[in-house]
Amino acid sequence: MTKPLSTESLESYPQIVQWVSFDADGCVRLRSGKVEIGQGIATALVQMAAEELDIAPERCRLIAGNTSESPDEGMTTSSKSVEVGGTTLRLAASAARHVLLAEAAKLLQAAPEQLSVSDGAILRDGEPTDLTYWTLAPAVDLAVPVRDHAAPKAKSAHRLVGTSLPRLDMPVKLKGAGGFIQDLKLPGLLHARVLRPPSPSARLVSADFTGVETMPGVLGVVVDGSFVGIVAETEMQALAALARAGGMARWSNPPPAPADPIAAVAANDGAPQLVHDTGDVGSVAGTRISLTASRPHISHASIGLSCALAQWSDAGVTVLSSTQGVYPLRGALAMVLGIAPEQVTVVHVPGAGAYGHNGADDVALDAALLARAFRGRPVRVLWQREDEIASAPTGSAMVTTAEATIGADGRIAALSVDVASQPHGRRPGRSGGANLLAAEHLAKPFPPPPAEDIPPGRGGGADRNAVPLYRIPNVRVAKRIATHLPYRTSSLRGLGHYINIFALECLMDDVADALGQDPLALRLAHLEDARARHVLSRVAELAGWPGEAADDRALGLGFAQYKNRSAYCAVAAEVVLADDIRVPRAWAVVDAGEAINPDGIANQIEGGMVQALSWTLKEAVRFDGERITTRDWESYPILHFSEVPEITVEIVEADALRPLGVGEASLGPMAAAVGNAIKRASGVRLTALPLTRDGLAAAFV
Amino acid sequence: MVGSMRFVVNGRAVEVATEPDALLVHVLRNDLGLVGTRCGCCDGRCGSCTIIIDGAPHRACMMPMSAIAGRRVETVEGLAHDDQWHPLQQALIEAGIGQCGFCLSGIMMRAKALLEKNPRASRRQIAAFLDGNLCRCGAHPRVLNALVAAGRAMAEARGA
Repeated sequence: MTKPLSTESLESYPQIVQWVSFDADGCVRLRSGKVEIGQGIATALVQMAAEELDIAPERCRLIAGNTSESPDEGMTTSSKSVEVGGTTLRLAASAARHVLLAEAAKLLQAAPEQLSVSDGAILRDGEPTDLTYWTLAPAVDLAVPVRDHAAPKAKSAHRLVGTSLPRLDMPVKLKGAGGFIQDLKLPGLLHARVLRPPSPSARLVSADFTGVETMPGVLGVVVDGSFVGIVAETEMQALAALARAGGMARWSNPPPAPADPIAAVAANDGAPQLVHDTGDVGSVAGTRISLTASRPHISHASIGLSCALAQWSDAGVTVLSSTQGVYPLRGALAMVLGIAPEQVTVVHVPGAGAYGHNGADDVALDAALLARAFRGRPVRVLWQREDEIASAPTGSAMVTTAEATIGADGRIAALSVDVASQPHGRRPGRSGGANLLAAEHLAKPFPPPPAEDIPPGRGGGADRNAVPLYRIPNVRVAKRIATHLPYRTSSLRGLGHYINIFALECLMDDVADALGQDPLALRLAHLEDARARHVLSRVAELAGWPGEAADDRALGLGFAQYKNRSAYCAVAAEVVLADDIRVPRAWAVVDAGEAINPDGIANQIEGGMVQALSWTLKEAVRFDGERITTRDWESYPILHFSEVPEITVEIVEADALRPLGVGEASLGPMAAAVGNAIKRASGVRLTALPLTRDGLAAAFV
Repeated sequence: MVGSMRFVVNGRAVEVATEPDALLVHVLRNDLGLVGTRCGCCDGRCGSCTIIIDGAPHRACMMPMSAIAGRRVETVEGLAHDDQWHPLQQALIEAGIGQCGFCLSGIMMRAKALLEKNPRASRRQIAAFLDGNLCRCGAHPRVLNALVAAGRAMAEARGA
């Protein structure tokens, strides 16, 4: 395999200058559509570009997610930032280097192989010349195709890529000197809050806010349909007005919704969509072993509150947002505001980790709507904690049933998988809708269109990782999408991967138990991919598999290749059954192809394991039929420090040519490892997430 | 009613015009420009706004200004001196810490209150002490490793 010389991003933006240019102050301007969302991508992208250019990382000025100058690379999702965004910058930076060196060779009348680069200065036979990238660039045409000039370095020549360059954005954050959208200060900044309905589908019945508008510092109460916002000079004044207005608003009761959302998702009669069909599952005879796993709705529950700033001028509106997709958000904002997309500028500013489609886009519309009433002045909107859990989109409740048929030879001859879910793709602009919360509430509303799920070609939504990597001759996978349920759902880290891998990997252990085989041996017997086999075998070795399964303690395994095409990740978890279910230790082995920043990979894998453990042991958005009843950190608990395992991560670099996305790779394997360890320790197969001591006790009865 | 109030922030005497029921987190962030103290829930449950008052950790979102007059407040901005990282920050950097980094200010301040009294606190003790500080990215294992190392460095620095 050779390094690819193009990416999907380069098809739309083929020229060097669209990605790389040289600023007069000795910096290199890198433009990317992939944004920092706490995953460390800004560091990895700089590393890849600086490597090709032979410059210090500090010389890179990364412009990521700015509709006035960065390329449209869609969303920063699906663990594709390094795979696609990084590879694009690598190729563009390589092409820039070669074009500039060709010019230098001409000027110096030197052969190209005599030239080298040291932090942007051109050397001839290792000796300084008076040329640099910055002296050369003004006279060189960079509006030429990347693919004609890119020749990325061989791995053996890398000095920066493959090292654990520390996160470039962390010093400012550790000093407390800003770094987040919540910290931005603009001259004349106004502070605003939105009075949310108790449920997204409730509507404002009476709107007499007399008295609120005359409170100190309050500049206005903006009411448009059921959208209510308060704008004030200071944050404290906005909060005081919000508290008062909250007691004055009367909301309609939303239409009743099923009180058990998981049952409603499971029972949905959406037409089954066949996503994979090989062989003939129905014709295979043998012993059948099946398992039905469920998960509740899960909140992104970012630690920060959703925040955006907007300012109108005669030219239109500029919105600062922590969105994962500046261009889709720009289109959706233009639709709702009734102006042309070119009149909307969206600039990405990092927020706290989002883990998918949370309130970041919604709050951008809030800010644009409220700033429209105060033209010329920037308006900052910050959400309340309860909005994050009860108004932002959630990851859908899901039910996955997997059934294996064991052939006469003791191997899995057939596997069928049925996945039921609400849609996972309701980001701004998808299915032709704005998909922004306030847009549903305006007097002239923009209701969300019936959402579609994400197609298999993009890694699938509900069906992500529902097709097993195991070698099974007959496999049938279908999904049923509930489009009519009132719960607001969209993309949460990993989409269907988390529960589908939980279901498939728990089924593998159940099959192994039925056959009296070791779960590791059963997996290896069904895996041909050497990289998959290696990560599994290695994690077993690290964890001391199979260990001794006792009444209260055991190891469990879980494995996936994310989307069946990104990173391979195998996890072992040790479970202790005490007053509650504890996971004191966990191990992961990951093969992410070319490891751009090994510590960055380990960090993502570890973080994914902890977050997945939190989902697996604790998390559930709860409803009472009308509204979400989990509205703060007490009713929606997440994993605490003393509940977090000690984690060992080992990185395998099997295919050094191509980096594979890692951001979401450890979620499903972690959940499965915990579920399987619980079964080995207790004999009980828990299938309803979250897995709790109460669930275990109920299963004993 | 707005009144003048004096207190000490990071060793510096300050005077602010504020309502007595204004919250310290807003005064720090908006009036004093100390945005390192984060606001993650503003109802006392996430720990992002943890600061130190007279040596003890508190949540700035639960602290009315009327309770602050004359007291000594420490925030994350007071940790580093003259480009010299505090051992807590140094240990976090060396541990390759941080994903989004939003929770770290509050975690560092709570850990400082513990480690200054008990720099030899074990990993388990530190974890228990930090249970009221939430992190959503899953940086916990690295944070704990770093804080154990930071405690050691703090103990050595004072010759303990």
